[in-house]
Amino acid sequence: MPVQFSEKSRARFEWLLTRYPTRQAALLPTLRLAEEEFGSIGLEEMKYVAGLIGVSPAHVLGVVSFYTHYRRPEHGKYILQVCSTLPCALRGCERITDHLKKKLGIKVGETTKDKRFTLKKVECLAACDRAPMMQVNDQDHYDLTPEKVDRILDGLP
Amino acid sequence: MALEPLLLKHRNTPGSAALEFYLAQGGYEAAKKAIRDFAPDKLIEEVKASGLRGRGGAGFPCGMKWSFVPKSNDKPKYLAVNADESEPGTFKDRILIEQLPHLLLEGILICCWAVQIKTAYIYIRGEFTEGAKILQKAIDEAYAKGYFGKNALGSGLDVDVTLHRGAGAYICGEETGLLTSLEGNRGYPKLKPPFPATHGLFRCPTVVNNVETLSNLPFIVNRGAAWFKTIGTEKSPGGKLFCVCGHVKKPDTYEVPLGTPFKELLALAGGVLDDRPLKAVVPGGSSAPVLTADEAMKVNMDFDSLAAAKTMLGSGGVIVMHDGTCMVDALYNLLRFYHHESCGQCTPCREGTGWIEKILHRLEHGQGRTEDFSLLMDICDNMQGKTICVLADAAVLPTRSFVTKFRAEFEYHVKQRKCLVARDA
Ligand SMILES: Cc1cc2nc3c(=O)[nH]c(=O)nc-3n(C[C@H](O)[C@H](O)[C@H](O)COP(=O)(O)O)c2cc1C
Ligand code: SF4
Ligand code: FES
Repeated sequence: MPVQFSEKSRARFEWLLTRYPTRQAALLPTLRLAEEEFGSIGLEEMKYVAGLIGVSPAHVLGVVSFYTHYRRPEHGKYILQVCSTLPCALRGCERITDHLKKKLGIKVGETTKDKRFTLKKVECLAACDRAPMMQVNDQDHYDLTPEKVDRILDGLP
Repeated sequence: MALEPLLLKHRNTPGSAALEFYLAQGGYEAAKKAIRDFAPDKLIEEVKASGLRGRGGAGFPCGMKWSFVPKSNDKPKYLAVNADESEPGTFKDRILIEQLPHLLLEGILICCWAVQIKTAYIYIRGEFTEGAKILQKAIDEAYAKGYFGKNALGSGLDVDVTLHRGAGAYICGEETGLLTSLEGNRGYPKLKPPFPATHGLFRCPTVVNNVETLSNLPFIVNRGAAWFKTIGTEKSPGGKLFCVCGHVKKPDTYEVPLGTPFKELLALAGGVLDDRPLKAVVPGGSSAPVLTADEAMKVNMDFDSLAAAKTMLGSGGVIVMHDGTCMVDALYNLLRFYHHESCGQCTPCREGTGWIEKILHRLEHGQGRTEDFSLLMDICDNMQGKTICVLADAAVLPTRSFVTKFRAEFEYHVKQRKCLVARDA
């Protein structure tokens, strides 16, 4: 099936264009829209978005690869983003990463064979008061302990 | 010094993000007052008179920044709200966005009226998914009431506001990186001058202000510049949100007058975790030079006192470290961050942050050499002030201060090939 926006996303895209004086400024939000619609952003999706915006696919690739928060095809169903910056490190985030590595049998940056989990270390997510913390897809989880991590993972559909 | 909580008054009140709640507290009266009682120029003067300084990191006087925007209307003017909150140790804007989004929107209206701006963008970091939802709902509510859009709040000025989600990159918190990103690019910073006030978004005059800065405006308009100046110090008026984290018993955001002694802030946060001795404090987000315990216990938390202590207030992120912290490891963590977040445009920054990270890695892992200290300082000399934006400096400042102030600990790593402190957890 060719990569294409639904009616609804198309309308949303047209609305986005009205919010900016240039088409290109709508690129980041349009990528978000593509992420929602297609589940992740791969080369086909990038080409499609490039066509919509009127920039080269290379520009879109450059943009997508610059940022860390877009969902890519190689990612698992759940992206476990463990914050590892100093304030979280002072509160023991290393223990959380170690626990996840052991539990999932993967290294940081890897995805489980069943493509259920991708483990990532990320930088400060502005929740250092509730460290250690991680973001699982769009959901933040705070004050983590290995036991709490187990419960969170076990509770995922 | 006690302060009537303003920004955090409704902290954790259920429903505080809703428009009805905000209106019941007298919400949007300040924006109405601004439009009714202040000609734009007069409003800029009022904000100047309040002495309000930017809460995003640089502490630049807000009213003065606005006054740099050309008065003529031959080009569109923009407001870019910095809601990127990415400086490690900072988590205050998140609270304002999630709990009082209408206060920010009202601040935006006040700024737009003062500078006669018709288009505002709120650049929110990509990871704030919940915050983006709450803020979008608030924007929709405000539009439905006619606070934004054509003839916003009956002012005669059309004001549009658009929420723009980032996608994960620290450098987009730097104002020119933010603007480049907003235009649909990698978030590459640009050389200043020209400044955004004249050549900003789409090469047009642009105000960039932090969420907390803007959230102060409704109070200043309602109660007056003179009232604002009664809080805080002469040169750092007002209250400030301090994010206290790391080794404290009650990590949280605290609203206190600028100039509050660090000692008091630490007490508010419950003191040092496990009642251990304090070792070091990074007082203004990870880019600020570190203070030893002695220095920290003597310093007041305002722009000038911290500058006098050769560090900075920055974003108000206060990272507390107790005696169980290995300073080599802590600095290594920070440099790993700066290396990862360098946008790569400037060689001194791209390579320098990588080299420092590498040297710290070997120091931390017992393979350091005595020459490494002079090598580190050499690299710092070649980075500071030699790049497009100040991310390079933001990596140099912690490096220099950690290595200088905790030299003995770094040397121990070289000589004994291990940590001076027993590692816990
Ligand atoms: C590397 C770097 C990162 C920054 N990150 C942020 C940030 O996350 N949020 C913010 O408001 N300002 C940040 N700033 C400061 C902005 O460049 C700018 O000074 C600020 O948004 C201006 O608003 P204000 O005057 O209201 O503080 C950063 C600066 C640098 C150099
Ligand atoms: S100093 Fe670093 S982050 Fe800033 S523009 Fe240069 S390479 Fe990019
Ligand atoms: S360091 Fe982890 S949330 Fe800030």
